[in-house]
Amino acid sequence: MVTVNLWSGLRSHVDGRDSVEIEANNVGEVLRGLVRAYPQLEPVIAAGVSVAVDGRIYAQGLTQPVAPDSEVFLLQRIKGG
Amino acid sequence: MAFDEVKTEGFKQVGTRPRRPDGVDKVTGRAKFGADAYAPGMLHAAIVRSPHAHARILSIDTSRAKALKGVKAVVTRADFAEGLTGDDWDVLENVMAGDKALYDGHAVAAVAATSALIARDAAKLIEVEYEVLAHVTDVDAAMADGAPVIRDGAADSSVPAGLHPNVVRYHESGHGDVHAGFGEADLVIEESFRTEAAHQGYIEPHACLAQLGPDGKGELWCCTQGHFHVQKLCAKMLGMEASNLRVTASEIGGGFGGKTTVFIEPVALALSRKTSRPVKLVMSRSEVFRATGPTSSTSMDVKIGMKKDGTITACQGVFRLQGGAFPGAPMEFTAMCAFAPYDVKNVHQIGYDVMTNRPKQAAYRAPGSPMAAFATESVLDMLCNQLGLDPLDVRLKNAAKEGSKASYGPRYERIGLVETLEAAREHAHYSAPLGSDQGRGVSCGFWFNHGGETSVTLALSEDGTAALSVGTPDIGGSRASMCLMAAEELGIPYDNVRTTIADTATLGYNEVSHGSRVTYASGLATIRAARDAVQKLCARAAAKWGIDEDAVIWEDGCAKPSGPNAGEFDPLPIAEITAEMGSTGGPIVGHFEATPEGAGVSFATHIVDAEVDKETGATKVVRYTVVQDAGKAIHPTYVEGQYQGGAAQGIGWALNEEYIYGDDGRLQNAVFLDYRIPVASDLPMIDTVIVEVPNPGHPYGVRGVGETSICPPLAAIANAVSNAAGVRMRHLPMSPPRILKALDGD
Repeated sequence: MVTVNLWSGLRSHVDGRDSVEIEANNVGEVLRGLVRAYPQLEPVIAAGVSVAVDGRIYAQGLTQPVAPDSEVFLLQRIKGG
Repeated sequence: MAFDEVKTEGFKQVGTRPRRPDGVDKVTGRAKFGADAYAPGMLHAAIVRSPHAHARILSIDTSRAKALKGVKAVVTRADFAEGLTGDDWDVLENVMAGDKALYDGHAVAAVAATSALIARDAAKLIEVEYEVLAHVTDVDAAMADGAPVIRDGAADSSVPAGLHPNVVRYHESGHGDVHAGFGEADLVIEESFRTEAAHQGYIEPHACLAQLGPDGKGELWCCTQGHFHVQKLCAKMLGMEASNLRVTASEIGGGFGGKTTVFIEPVALALSRKTSRPVKLVMSRSEVFRATGPTSSTSMDVKIGMKKDGTITACQGVFRLQGGAFPGAPMEFTAMCAFAPYDVKNVHQIGYDVMTNRPKQAAYRAPGSPMAAFATESVLDMLCNQLGLDPLDVRLKNAAKEGSKASYGPRYERIGLVETLEAAREHAHYSAPLGSDQGRGVSCGFWFNHGGETSVTLALSEDGTAALSVGTPDIGGSRASMCLMAAEELGIPYDNVRTTIADTATLGYNEVSHGSRVTYASGLATIRAARDAVQKLCARAAAKWGIDEDAVIWEDGCAKPSGPNAGEFDPLPIAEITAEMGSTGGPIVGHFEATPEGAGVSFATHIVDAEVDKETGATKVVRYTVVQDAGKAIHPTYVEGQYQGGAAQGIGWALNEEYIYGDDGRLQNAVFLDYRIPVASDLPMIDTVIVEVPNPGHPYGVRGVGETSICPPLAAIANAVSNAAGVRMRHLPMSPPRILKALDGD
């Protein structure tokens, strides 16, 4: 299981929690697992999110591996100007 | 050099300052910008724009325009694809209004004619009947009870119940317990701030030439930061397949984020489809101001607690951004960047994305971050002043480092904020005496940076020179950096590499030139493509010598045998290998296609001295120093240029630039005479210090530098001006009337 930390604006979608446990081996499985466990997150994830794994921000890397001890944060999609 | 090897020292070409490859074209006028495109038989187009901030479109009568001699076609929203949703619908609605005009300058129809003059005359003959609606252009007013609703139902699921329908997105993040943190503080300051919308101010207006025939196949030439993205958007809006539209990016006269979407390109294509002739469309400056994206204006509240020794105990911020008549104001970045430079145990940030009757905001260099720094760093300055602490010492005391928990959540990888602060503190500027009526301000700034989809090819010629094709428009001298990186890997002279911005039919998808990604991502791709080519060169040499490929290394532009069993062979120069490549296996081309994801965040520290004339309110920036972490400066002159450019644009935003709306909701200053950007005589020489803390996510350690440089200026200048004037400035720009008003205590 991987602990996925969420930004606090998403607490209302996940029973008021800051983080949730998801069975996942990579970023794509993290996102799919979140939607499976909390369907309310589907529009949020569909709108675009980034995932930080051990400090590195992945905007598109669904195949990026995650381990049970990885620090995983869901972030809003990083763009720029 | 192995494919994945990281190299951070011993460079032979990287870090030098050769002349830019596009320099001669640009100084002689030979470079082709968007408006330089021409095709035989082309028509010229003009756009009809709403004079109202908010109005229902009751009817559009095109008959008089069509009757004008020389007019070939008129298009309205009915000529574009139906059924788009989400962001795609927003972009189309912005390109051409549907049922309502949502801001002054919103396009409602367009005409193509045999000359630009006839097109403009015809546009005046298109009669639009409007029902004028109540409007709102201020962010706080748009959130208040009773404000006109721009579009009911536009809010997404993030918005808490009970907020006005103009609040369309909501962000909340943080960690720790801010209430407990404020309780630990010796001094807590809470202040409110406002910034006004500023335009990216690129010198070249949007321009394009479109050709779309009855066979459904089209060509588009335009000035853009991302022609692959233009292809995707235009194909959707025209209801065509993306691969049937080939898009070529022209030279670009500035973008800064404002050319990351489409405004006129789908219109020119629709007119071309209707006439079967090429159509050219060029915006006027007034159209650029009225109908393309400035940045968001903001209303912000920031509260910070500090101990007497300078330790920050808690940070809290509320950031309200208006993004025009569509969702998308970058409030989440404002919130996430606000406290990112500091290692704070208790932090909480909230963002609101608010719709108003203004043009759809577009990205502008580190979207959202400069305003956040203005609010946060102003409060830090007030805390330092009241506690009698040195502002750089306090920032160093609290600076985030590798392993610090970022205010937006994760822990940082290797970062260079401390190094920029130490370099700033040691710089002569920081200890230089100030003159009368002068004040000094400092600020830190933060930006994420970005990687993104990237595709590159590097083709070797028979004479051993290289043709590098990249898909990211060169908005800041990136071709020079690409040539340097390719030359470094291949071991050939800089002048033996030519870099071309390839069209959409030539390469795989390339994300827009945004997020300070080009030198990072296209640079990484160039290095990898060159290493791919080098592997093939070594294989050809190995075959020629009859030894294993593993026994060949590449050094100084030559294949050389290496290892105890490699044998004795003279080095084989690149030109000797490529001269016979047709008969030794065919053309040698290096490729890289991937989505680099290790962009690495970056930080900057700025020092500013400002002088305020307390009689007139006029402000002059008298000294400016930028210190920023570049990871590795590939072409230091361009890095310095990015630093200076960010500071210069920040000076304009801080002191003069703003969108001014009348009570009628119309933009009052849609020309450069009334919207005042800094000119050379307004600016001091901007000193630069390049700090290099390698980014672990790039083979040379590169971090993006284009955006972070605009994050600290608003705050650093506001702190300098406030310290010079003796009164805290809470509203940007700090134009003379605002300074006089503040001095009057109003």
